[in-house]
Amino acid sequence: MTYQLVENLFAKDVVAEPIRAGFGRGLKAAGEADERVVALCADLTDSTQMSKFKEAFPERFVEIGVAEQNLVTVASGMARAGKIPFTSSYAAFSPGRNWEQIRTTICLNDQPVVVVGSHAGVSVGPDGATHQMLEDIALMRVLPNMVVIAPGDSVEAEKATQAIAASGKPAYLRLAREKTPIFSLEKSPFEIGKAYVLRTGKDITLLGTGTMTYQLLVTAEELKKHGVDAEVVHVPTIKPLDEATILKSVTKTGRVVTAEEAQINGGFGGAIAELLGEKKPLPLLRIGMKDRFGESGAPDELLEHFGLTGSKIASSVREFIGDTKQKRGKK
Amino acid sequence: MTQLTIKQLEHRAYVLREDVIRMLERAGSGHSAGPLGLADIFATLYFDVMKYDPKNPLWGDRDYFFLSNGHCVPIQYAAMAEAGFFPKEELMTLRKLGSRLQGHPERTKLPGLENTSGPLGSGLSQAAGVAQVLQYIDKQPHRFVYVVTGDGELDEGNIWEAAMFAGKYKLSQLIVFVDRNNIQIDGTTDQVMPLEDLRGKWESFGWHVQEIDGHNVESIRDAASMARAIKNQPSVIIAHTIPGKGVDFMEYDYHWHGAPPNSQQAKEALHKLRTLDGKITGEHQ
Repeated sequence: MTYQLVENLFAKDVVAEPIRAGFGRGLKAAGEADERVVALCADLTDSTQMSKFKEAFPERFVEIGVAEQNLVTVASGMARAGKIPFTSSYAAFSPGRNWEQIRTTICLNDQPVVVVGSHAGVSVGPDGATHQMLEDIALMRVLPNMVVIAPGDSVEAEKATQAIAASGKPAYLRLAREKTPIFSLEKSPFEIGKAYVLRTGKDITLLGTGTMTYQLLVTAEELKKHGVDAEVVHVPTIKPLDEATILKSVTKTGRVVTAEEAQINGGFGGAIAELLGEKKPLPLLRIGMKDRFGESGAPDELLEHFGLTGSKIASSVREFIGDTKQKRGKK
Repeated sequence: MTQLTIKQLEHRAYVLREDVIRMLERAGSGHSAGPLGLADIFATLYFDVMKYDPKNPLWGDRDYFFLSNGHCVPIQYAAMAEAGFFPKEELMTLRKLGSRLQGHPERTKLPGLENTSGPLGSGLSQAAGVAQVLQYIDKQPHRFVYVVTGDGELDEGNIWEAAMFAGKYKLSQLIVFVDRNNIQIDGTTDQVMPLEDLRGKWESFGWHVQEIDGHNVESIRDAASMARAIKNQPSVIIAHTIPGKGVDFMEYDYHWHGAPPNSQQAKEALHKLRTLDGKITGEHQ
């Protein structure tokens, strides 16, 4: 089935919304669907978008205060008492501050607690490096039992939140602060563990997760002008990876690019490098943060600065294609 | 469950201590001092205070028990086996490959455990999460959540986050025993990180505080009873205990915090326990 995209995707007035807003709607919907869903927040209820749930179900919302270790461990206890707890804070603090508690009391203890890390990536902007969480994907994806999801837009985030609530598994949900253009439709599919081919092409596979998927769609448009036919695959579930979809695409194109608003080491790019290394060794370019921290700046400015916009990625990709052609001694 | 007399509970504690010595000797590693010091508290909790059904560990009306200092789990395993959660022979598999009795407790492996712990400071929060649900969401005031924490464990920041949380929400179904044995791995708690004024700390976080002799089963039982009666506050019972209690060469010595007895030491320890340190004689001599 072809994945249908929003029509005016590259227009200036494309509809954009923070991905976290979709989480807010999804959590309320999950709360309506299942009364076992509870929500806990560490003093960031509005900005992590838990306020909709709090208003609808005040008795099922627990304010924890600025205490991220307690946030996830109280949630573990609530799960033991039969609840499906969603915990939220900024990703820099949760899972940044409380990794061991997540490991022991959620993953090893196998409790269906959802760690929601909002404000992930450099696009957090002026707050600077302390608040721009870049290591969360790496931290969460090494944990057994943990599912890791970075939705590509707010519409998908809403679906992902509800799917996680229904899954009964520990999960990490990665959200971004700034508005991200919406590429998916209400009727677009979302299933945990599935990757989606958004655009078919034969020359190169562009694998995106979270906010970077939209940028890759822009990249593919740009590449088309230069005669490069790129396939764009959206990978919202970083763990478990949809190996079949990814391997099918890269086997066809023979070249791979990953893009994420996170450290490429250990992050999404790391996950893809592991997959290719074992199952399909191919030239790989990883776009993302390269073993460095971010800094203060306007969100757009920072994406540009770190080479994470569609056109910047297109330049990197063209260079990469040139290199791989040289190595192959073709054309 | 028939009510045990004070004498029977005291005896039960000594049986649990013997199991702990045998388990640790067989395992060849593990913690001796803490579990021995906690025997009276576990005997009283499992055979007098708590409601549970060993044949139906998920019984919907059970009390919850959270061991926050997971390294003391041998005494919990001994109590659970004695209570009928699993056969006593299984105690000898402690820390062995394939055993349900992991070196530190794992909920998913052994029915009857409510949590997975070992890294310190998180069990109290998990118990507080359950207490929150019982008090505010599921509204089951007849159920209680019991916790045992170490005193060295109180160095952890996570503990005080939980203490503040339970105080704010007045989690009156939450009842915590602090094993105040004054030792931790690097030395006495005073040397490593002084905890006093411990009573004052808990009180200032909004808790009802009792201090008891943690080897007096009557005091333990009464303190638990008082804690259940306290409304509008979570309860902490600071139980003063002797690390290694019952085995004289282990008592008060922090070097036994993380060490098991060898076979000679185990033999001697079992003799001390069975004779109540020479006060009685029996067929085993």
